[in-house]
Amino acid sequence: MSAVGREERVLQIIETARSKTPRFRDQQVTLAHGAGGKATRTLIEGLLVPAFVGPEGGSLAKLADAGTVAIDGTTLAMTTDSFVVKPLRFPGGSIGELAVNGTVNDLAMAGARPLALTVSVILEEGLGAAELKAEVEAIARAATAAAVEIIGGDTKVVERGAADGMYICTTGIGVIDPRAQLAPDRLAPGDTILVSGPVGEHGTAIMLARNEFDLDAELESDTRPLWAATDALLAAAGSDLHCLRDATRGGVASVLNELARASRVSVVVREADVPVSPVVHAAAELLGIDPMYVANEGRLVACVAPGAAEDALAALRGVPGCEEAAAVGEVRAEPPGMVLVETSFGGKRVMDELVGDPLPRIC
Amino acid sequence: MRFVDEFRDAQLGRAVGGEILSTLEPGRHYKVMEVCGGHTHSIYKYGIDDLLPENVELVHGPGCPVCVIPMGRVDDGIAVALNDGVIFTCFGDMLRVPGSEQTLLDAKAQGADVRMVYSPLDALRIARTNPEREVVFFAIGFETTAPSTALTLKRAKAEGVRNFSCVCNHVTIVPPLRALLESPDLRLDGFIGPGHVCTVVGARPFEFIPADYQRPVVISGFEPLDILQSIHMILRQLKEGRREVENQYTRVVPREGNLRALQVLAEVFELRPHFEWRGLGFISQSALKLSDAYRDFDAEERFAVPGVRVADPKACQCGEVLKGVIKPWECKVFGTACTPEHAIGTCMVSPEGACAAYYNYGRYARDKEAV
Repeated sequence: MSAVGREERVLQIIETARSKTPRFRDQQVTLAHGAGGKATRTLIEGLLVPAFVGPEGGSLAKLADAGTVAIDGTTLAMTTDSFVVKPLRFPGGSIGELAVNGTVNDLAMAGARPLALTVSVILEEGLGAAELKAEVEAIARAATAAAVEIIGGDTKVVERGAADGMYICTTGIGVIDPRAQLAPDRLAPGDTILVSGPVGEHGTAIMLARNEFDLDAELESDTRPLWAATDALLAAAGSDLHCLRDATRGGVASVLNELARASRVSVVVREADVPVSPVVHAAAELLGIDPMYVANEGRLVACVAPGAAEDALAALRGVPGCEEAAAVGEVRAEPPGMVLVETSFGGKRVMDELVGDPLPRIC
Repeated sequence: MRFVDEFRDAQLGRAVGGEILSTLEPGRHYKVMEVCGGHTHSIYKYGIDDLLPENVELVHGPGCPVCVIPMGRVDDGIAVALNDGVIFTCFGDMLRVPGSEQTLLDAKAQGADVRMVYSPLDALRIARTNPEREVVFFAIGFETTAPSTALTLKRAKAEGVRNFSCVCNHVTIVPPLRALLESPDLRLDGFIGPGHVCTVVGARPFEFIPADYQRPVVISGFEPLDILQSIHMILRQLKEGRREVENQYTRVVPREGNLRALQVLAEVFELRPHFEWRGLGFISQSALKLSDAYRDFDAEERFAVPGVRVADPKACQCGEVLKGVIKPWECKVFGTACTPEHAIGTCMVSPEGACAAYYNYGRYARDKEAV
């Protein structure tokens, strides 16, 4: 067999191995399991899902941002998220604001208008009252901005050292919009991939706020609620809007990999078309990080059928905070399950899932 | 970004690609080795292979700092990290390098205080702010990173920081290159020289390659246009029958190197009689240890380390990959038993490693035409 033939066979074997459901074989939990990349997938798909989903399947098995439950003809979406970001406050936001936006965004990505939240806080002994009050106010403000009511919650206090300041868990409920037909397996060849603005700002802002690198730059987290953007996209594209994802941990690259795998399609990204702010570009360059893998807290990825893509992009750009939205790539049939990048330099390469974690506790 | 984006211009890239085509001898197959892992990473990241004709083959070399660390040294590092009260610092790539039992990341999950730093100076800063703790820096890298370790040690000595020490794994690039050139199973037409190493050592240490082995060397920058232009310069030397060390990276590399850095290296380090390289075995006078004047800062003196040589796993072919004898995908365990998330070999861990670069960036069937 020729070298090219042998190489292709090896690649096929690898793809077969990769497409199998991962098993959780690790001896202990490491920070990589929380990074949003391959190890996180092993934890979720290899341990949690098999334990919670019966043979007849269920909402969880779809691995969407929110689960759904039908009650008397109304379909509700429900989701939960915990926040452990360090530091608690950072340029452009704080843990309280993230805790609201993160959960309402997971609802929005399922096509659900967010209605209500519960908020649980785990507080470390010794946390300053001023810090706590500031976060309570931040939660209240963010909930008002996202038009959700806080209808319940819980408080726990643990000894000093058993938590780091405060952790927050929010659970949200919303009602699925009748226009929405969103699912991770709905990507079809020809679909356009949109992002709602410059990528990598939240993760980079956190990185700089930790002062570990002696880098100073004017950069704010992009944390914001995404229902307005979702609403605009649904109005412009309706059922031609195939899927939405907010690109949090693992960044845009991880989202696209998940979708390519779920839909058995290929996604090709045009690197030159991806909006990246000059500050993020420079910081990523210095630190050797690809902004496509850096977390966002207010950026969505949308997959739209070709006929509706132009209108969807125009509608998205009309939403405050999404003025720099862009079409960054398209869906193709081959090679299935893989994300490729056409580099600005004219070459082509794979854009894989994240493996290690450049930065833990980002949200 | 200025001074970076200019070197990623696609139009210029296509133009250099055209120049390369016109320099080729029809029917001849060219094998060019990029010595440095930074080049390997760039080549895959920008898809530079796609701009080259099929008969110009890039072979990945031994210049990846993480890849050449043998398992025994990782075990030594972990043994130090597990000491009570130690803060163990290293570059991020090192965290996932497998030792014989575990990685530093595993040791961290078991309670060792292992922290990632971007510079040895960060490690020294941690030592200053934690005077009651022992802070150890696991130093790796070629002549590129050795000066920053040396400078940090000089500063630690000048400031009298007593709780700082260093596990020195610094290596030098010329001995493994000579070993490669002596090896009969590899036919190479030329070398893309390691730009960052040359920033420190200059061009002279590479002159033995054209003089003794009649191969062209072009010292190259790390942006895609740099690499393409360097390949063109190598092919032009071959076409014109020249064999010399040329410098493509003149905006950074002075011919004589950085004399101040060389002076600091000579003051802080001395050559080890021999050092084990992952997959390549022991190579004499190929690595650095702290000089007598800096012995107090040597973590291998301060802590008990096993210091045991651990044989590479049988299935792992990192050695052949590092020598460019096989392509990453030709290794028996590539992509199946050995993946970036569960690496057997070091080449699969570092982003500069040939296996990781190929797995993460190059892992799809591409079709090209021969010229």
